[in-house]
Amino acid sequence: MTYYAFIGAVEQGFVYGLMVLGVYLTFRVLDFPDLTVDGSLPLGAAVSSVAVTAGVNPYLSLAFAFMAGFAAGAVTGLLNAKFKILHLLASILTMIALYSINIRIMGRPNLTLLGKPTVLSAFTGLGVPAHAAGPLLYGGLSVLAAIALVWYLSTEFGQATLATGDNPRMITALGVNTQVTVILGVGLSNALTAVSGALVAQNQGAADVNMGVGTIVAGLASVIIGETLLGRGGLARTIAAALAGSVAYRLAIALALDLRIGSLSVTPSDLNLITALVVVAALTLPTLRARLTGRRC
Amino acid sequence: MLTLADISKTFFRGGANEVAALDAVSLDIAQGDFLTVIGSNGAGKSSLLNCLAGCFFPDAGHIVLDGRDITTLPEYARAAFLGRVFQDPLLGTSASLSIEQNLALASLRGKRRGLAPGVKARDRERFRHALASLSLGLEDRLQAGVRLLSGGQRQALTMLMATLAEPRVLLLDEHTAALDPKTAAHILDLTERIVAKKRLTTLMVTHNMHQALRLGNRLVMMHRGRVILDVRGEEKRNLAVEDLLRRFHSLRDRDGEAADDAMSDKMLLA
Repeated sequence: MTYYAFIGAVEQGFVYGLMVLGVYLTFRVLDFPDLTVDGSLPLGAAVSSVAVTAGVNPYLSLAFAFMAGFAAGAVTGLLNAKFKILHLLASILTMIALYSINIRIMGRPNLTLLGKPTVLSAFTGLGVPAHAAGPLLYGGLSVLAAIALVWYLSTEFGQATLATGDNPRMITALGVNTQVTVILGVGLSNALTAVSGALVAQNQGAADVNMGVGTIVAGLASVIIGETLLGRGGLARTIAAALAGSVAYRLAIALALDLRIGSLSVTPSDLNLITALVVVAALTLPTLRARLTGRRC
Repeated sequence: MLTLADISKTFFRGGANEVAALDAVSLDIAQGDFLTVIGSNGAGKSSLLNCLAGCFFPDAGHIVLDGRDITTLPEYARAAFLGRVFQDPLLGTSASLSIEQNLALASLRGKRRGLAPGVKARDRERFRHALASLSLGLEDRLQAGVRLLSGGQRQALTMLMATLAEPRVLLLDEHTAALDPKTAAHILDLTERIVAKKRLTTLMVTHNMHQALRLGNRLVMMHRGRVILDVRGEEKRNLAVEDLLRRFHSLRDRDGEAADDAMSDKMLLA
């Protein structure tokens, strides 16, 4: 792998890092497998791109993306918590609806940002060399988001959110309305994902309605890889692991794209298969290991 | 202080499994009463507690607490007045959080939860003091994960959590049934101590007749969703296991049921 390919993968890891933090929040904290992210990632991209095209400051457009993503996640949370639709199905419904909404927002299936200001152009304007600017800026943003998430989850309300995923009966008996913790939690998760989508669009210079396909699987793979690398300790460590997992996942993909076995070489279209296999392996290994060592979980 | 008036609840109405869990149950509970509730399987003991806790709303009747009708108040809102301990020791605590985080969650029962730190430095001393009263050595393990605790330790912690923010009513749902005898005795001992110290109004469901007779100032026996015995004070003190057994037998004779139905083996052996 070349130096530039390496830098590019690290940059991608941080850009998608916000999405991975969001997936961690639903999948691990709330125990809510949330496929909304496949729609809220392009939603963030669409909202931010339309805003930037209309002359809005690229950084301010991230706030719009955040709010749009939060609304999308809140709808999923509402469908599940209030209307008792199975979490997976609720999130699929929102995701499908977002496909139409995203095209409505952009007025077409994709929108280019060529020649428009981005979060990066404002940053390189300060004199930061172009190849280092990406990893620095996106790294800074995702680390900030990770710190904010650690803080949030250690507040009174955040702790109630953690307990909601772990033991809903107990936290209800302690006076917490789990509908509220679920709706806000899934909302926040998709807000982070939408900001991630906005950064992806600004980074690659275009928003596309199909850019969200496979987001949830990539997010899960990142979370699981992070856990494998850094383990699950306290809150800060677990969240740092999720972010590190995002970078590791993008590096692994970059490596896989370099892979050649005889005349067969891995193409970008093979990545979904590889990612799915990684997630299956990671999800089954703990059970297999327990069975092999004779321990039961 | 707490009044249940003609509470009825039928599950699976109209289906083959239709069951009248509560059938016009009325109870008047005074401040400081400690009720033990006994009955065979399916008598409606747990339904009574769950109905009070708001897990489901009754088909008919009213629940009035301190003059306020709470019949249709949702479970989470009702929690402000109620401390609860479940039969399953794993249900009362959050395994992925630490001991102090669990206590902090419990100390906010019924209060607004905002963006202040979940565990506050000034609370730690209070938590340590409360944990020391359990004599389990947990006061030095505030940051330990609850996952690492045994079932008995978790149930003791749950007892503490249920009473940390003082409840108007404490609901104990067979909270020693899933523990080994020694641990169960310890938890029961703890229950007596906490209830006496804080003079808590308490409802304790149990399978164990000895427990039901030894604890509390009032004993309620349920059968098929109805209260069939309600004794208190002197009368309860003079009650013996044999009296309760005779009661069960008379039920069996009246209903013409098999003995096992009215009186499970578990109750005899307990």
